[in-house]
Amino acid sequence: AALAAPRNAAFSVDAEPTPKKLVTGYNNYYEFGTGKYDPAASADQMKTRPWTIEVGGEVEKPQTIDIEALLKMQLQERVYRFRCVEAWSMVVPWVGLEFNQLAKMVGPTSKAKYVKFTTAMQPETMPGLRVPVLDWPYVEGLRIDEAMHPLTLLTLGVYGEILPNQNGAPVRIIVPWKYGFKSVKSIVKIEFVEQQPGTAWNKAAANEYGFYSNVNPNVDHPRWTQKRERALPALFASRQTEIFNGYGDQVASLYAGMDLKSNF
Amino acid sequence: MANAALADKPAARRGAPKPARGPDWVRWSKPVVLLAGLIPVARLVYGVFGNPDLLGANPAETIEHTTGDWCLYFLLITLSVTPLRRLTGWNWLIKFRRMLGLFAFFYGFIHLMAYLGFDMVFDAEAIVKDIWKRPFVTVGFAALLLMTPLAITSTRGWVLRLGGPRWARLHQLIYVVATLGVLHYWWLVKRDLTWPIIFAAMLAILLGWRVYMKVRKRPSARRAAA
Repeated sequence: AALAAPRNAAFSVDAEPTPKKLVTGYNNYYEFGTGKYDPAASADQMKTRPWTIEVGGEVEKPQTIDIEALLKMQLQERVYRFRCVEAWSMVVPWVGLEFNQLAKMVGPTSKAKYVKFTTAMQPETMPGLRVPVLDWPYVEGLRIDEAMHPLTLLTLGVYGEILPNQNGAPVRIIVPWKYGFKSVKSIVKIEFVEQQPGTAWNKAAANEYGFYSNVNPNVDHPRWTQKRERALPALFASRQTEIFNGYGDQVASLYAGMDLKSNF
Repeated sequence: MANAALADKPAARRGAPKPARGPDWVRWSKPVVLLAGLIPVARLVYGVFGNPDLLGANPAETIEHTTGDWCLYFLLITLSVTPLRRLTGWNWLIKFRRMLGLFAFFYGFIHLMAYLGFDMVFDAEAIVKDIWKRPFVTVGFAALLLMTPLAITSTRGWVLRLGGPRWARLHQLIYVVATLGVLHYWWLVKRDLTWPIIFAAMLAILLGWRVYMKVRKRPSARRAAA
């Protein structure tokens, strides 16, 4: 279904978007299997209506937000670079709103230091949940200033349409300067919390997937280099990876004085 | 020296026993096996040059996974030849073993080339660092290095030059190669170990059978010596 929104050029990169078939056909969504073609093949069974997000924790007005209410808000299109921790990348035209707009609706208190996102669990439609590859449900987290950054997009669509299930329908987060797994899919719960939340990949392999996981060519993954990336569908991984995925001008200040090697 | 060795060769060849021909259908089925073994690589070549959709969103990854998988399949198939012969008495199976082993090398070689080219963009310094730093790359690379002398000495001429027992001992390196290959796969997967476990189990059965046969043979050998 169409989900047209005007493009926000100031927040869009100039690059040519990756073909839609790739964006919607090649996904990591382990709830539907660990193969990258599994989600597109099996996610159509997923139920995305009715859908609500429970927003609570350290906030003034905890509430349950209906997906229809979000769809009625002023949406915009943003063309972001997307860099997977597996050293491939895409350029994707997302549709959504700034996460800080949702935050304003609930009013985080001064105790809210982090935001914890939880993905839906639908055992009847998600065959991957039967396999304990991760500690389900999938949980991710951001520091509050990262979450409130204008680049952090609460995403409802892609390519001018409602998000396909394999891309994280009906609502996900996109944090373009971090590796893709930080951008949680199919969100059912958002909690503003005081302590850094335990996150799915960090719990599974802390030495490989740090809490921050900012795109950084100078910090290798233990099993491969992060210096280069394959801009799909290219054969050769000849694109040089940029620090913060090229968003350094906007986000580097969030990490001023931090050692990005130990806080990877 | 070199000339003498060359001059020796035809004589050695003449003196060697001709291998049994086996049933007729074995001879004409060899080209069929050869063509069948080339299907996966033909599909990749067609994918790159003819129909990109065939290889999915990440063609380089598809090429690397496909060639890596087929290298392991052929290693395991090659290792199955001897147990199958012993268990079924189908001695003609041995006629296919060299080709199967060479296919393992062939797919392993393309796999390595894809990694050097597509992943590392032939950056020599990065390649050396990568092989040195990452255990899964190290063992994969070692496996391919160890397979190379086996591929070279796979000809009848080399069997004669080395002598049967020595040749056989050299080719026992395939046990190491297959183990390193499975380890390479095991260490590279992110979370889902299903396939590495399946490969490891098959390898364990194939190698375990050999150990079992050796152990079972020993007491009788001792009795014979006494």
